[in-house]
Amino acid sequence: MNNVSLRRDRHVLFLAIRQIYRHRTRSLLTVLGVVIGVFSVITMVTLGNGATEAVRASISALGSDLLTIRPGQSAGPGGGSGGGPFDLADVEAIRGQIGGVVVVAGQAQTAGVAVRNAQSWSTTITGTTNEFFRAQRLTIGAGREFTHEEEEAGKRVCIIGATIVANLFQNTDPIGQVFRVRGISCEVVGVLEERGQNGFGGDLDDTIIMPLKAVQRQLTGNHDIGAIAVGVDPTFNSAAIQAAIVALLRERRNLDPTQDDDFSVLDAKQIADTISGTVGILTLLVGAVAGISLLVGGIGIMNIMLVSVTERTREIGTRLAIGALGDEVLLQFLVEAVVLSCLGGLVGMVIALIICITAAPLIGVPFLFDAQINFLSFFFSAAIGIGFGYFPARRAAGLNPIEALRYD
Amino acid sequence: MVEPLVRLDKITKVFGDGPTAFQALRGIDLAVEGGDFVAIMGASGSGKSTAMNILGCLDTPTSGRYFFKGVEVQALTRDQRALLRRRYIGFVFQGFNLLPRMSALENVELPLIYRGEPAARRKSFAMAALAQVGLEPWASHKSNELSGGQQQRVAIARAIVTRPQMLLADEPTGNLDSETSFEIMRLLRELNRGLAVTVIMITHEAEMAAFASSVVRLRDGLVEQRELAS
Ligand SMILES: Nc1ncnc2c1ncn2[C@@H]1O[C@H](COP(=O)(O)OP(=O)(O)OP(=O)(O)O)[C@@H](O)[C@H]1O
Ligand SMILES: [Mg+2]
Repeated sequence: MNNVSLRRDRHVLFLAIRQIYRHRTRSLLTVLGVVIGVFSVITMVTLGNGATEAVRASISALGSDLLTIRPGQSAGPGGGSGGGPFDLADVEAIRGQIGGVVVVAGQAQTAGVAVRNAQSWSTTITGTTNEFFRAQRLTIGAGREFTHEEEEAGKRVCIIGATIVANLFQNTDPIGQVFRVRGISCEVVGVLEERGQNGFGGDLDDTIIMPLKAVQRQLTGNHDIGAIAVGVDPTFNSAAIQAAIVALLRERRNLDPTQDDDFSVLDAKQIADTISGTVGILTLLVGAVAGISLLVGGIGIMNIMLVSVTERTREIGTRLAIGALGDEVLLQFLVEAVVLSCLGGLVGMVIALIICITAAPLIGVPFLFDAQINFLSFFFSAAIGIGFGYFPARRAAGLNPIEALRYD
Repeated sequence: MVEPLVRLDKITKVFGDGPTAFQALRGIDLAVEGGDFVAIMGASGSGKSTAMNILGCLDTPTSGRYFFKGVEVQALTRDQRALLRRRYIGFVFQGFNLLPRMSALENVELPLIYRGEPAARRKSFAMAALAQVGLEPWASHKSNELSGGQQQRVAIARAIVTRPQMLLADEPTGNLDSETSFEIMRLLRELNRGLAVTVIMITHEAEMAAFASSVVRLRDGLVEQRELAS
């Protein structure tokens, strides 16, 4: 080629680093967009997963030899719809006709304000029998269970949880003391051993338990039973017992074969699955919200990148005009985009993990590192940052220098 | 016959297409020998900048042939043309085209970066070029904070810092007072005579054209006349 020498010189990567510093505001905004996107997705999904796990763990602890029977078809907290309540005859039928049943405890629940001296506390009152403690594996920490006479006569006595002791009795010994609940007075005969929180933030110690007949007569004013707890012999097949109870109750509730059950019989594991399924859906929803913030962050990055296209295109034109190769210019812009996006992704990940590790114990859920969501959100934001930094630059680098310089 | 440094052979340039197409160059023939100092003159819109962009390998002609040092430029790849600009050509744009946010010094260093010069050499060469255009004290100022005349001188420093074989300057004194203009012209003549840099310069002013050894006049996209300078 005559005396013309067209030798390629070495690449100049450090240009990109200088570029980032020179366009500090633009760089900061890009990084911030990625940080926000990555941070929100990881935080929400990680804490959501922790909550699901906490629910599952606390319900599985109840064991699978406890069946819970409720009217309606949903097993979630709050009960279901359709189907009237049970009554004492249903409880006795289950006790008498189903083999393998060890304990059966009918429950009538209501809410009310308990008052003692100047203290008052809003809580739930459960009317049931001593069998309830067996079925639910509750232990009386101080005092005693109900006597046979108290249960039969519906005496106004109660067994209370630690939260009630703390709020009504300021942690003094409550045994033998009297307080009022929904206008009736009630003597404390026992205190439940402390159990703490359940998986969805409920306080298991915030409860007052009275004899079933006391609650029905004095508080609810009917003979309804809202739920039945059944403890089964662990050597029996729990599924067979469930089926037998379903058949019995269908008969007692006069359901013809075309009708669906208007009640549900679930063991603790099934309840755990249903509830953690619900929490799982919530996690999914939270993840979707987080995904939207990731998208918004992405659009932010996109805007910053696109707004600077004119300036960048001119700059690329100038660089090309003074002899830069298209590849060299592109490499510079690619490195800039990669460095900013990955920096943002890493910072977002670190902040999210720090927040999750600190916040998880505070809201009572375990910290579960989810590698998948970390990588997913990191790569998504990085891809947006790189894509929108790189592709306009690639187009500009493909123009001839004069066209790039005239760009507006 | 000895091959001139640059030779344009029936170069045409059409902008746009269809009914809005505009023929800016209609068949330019021009040869410039190595070591020449040529001034290009002509009315506004006569195609001076268009021809200059083609000479600088920044733009491609619609038809015709352009030889640089005997090499046909259209036969080169994009990258080869970029390397050709990098090695042999210094360009002073009519609109300067400095990078804002960068200091004058960094702007002047830029072509040296792409030539792979080490930092210390870049800096001393760039300072020397700034000194030649009288801008040494302004080296660390951002280019968008400089006056029009100062920006023009930075653009000249950037074009000469690589000691190009050919310097193309589109109205290099367009924004300067006459005293600075003469200084710049003396600098170009010095480069031309002392270092044998071929200079092709667009100007509207006869006083500046007088520094050149020959003057080419364009009119409506054609070479109207070529004369030796008075
Ligand atoms: N990219 C382009 N697209 C369309 N028309 C163009 C383009 N570039 C230049 N032209 C037209 O080509 C003609 C020649 O333009 P050019 O810039 O070469 O003129 P010039 O001689 O340098 O004028 P001036 O002295 O004002 O700088 C003008 O009429 C201009 O409008
Ligand atoms: Mg012009």
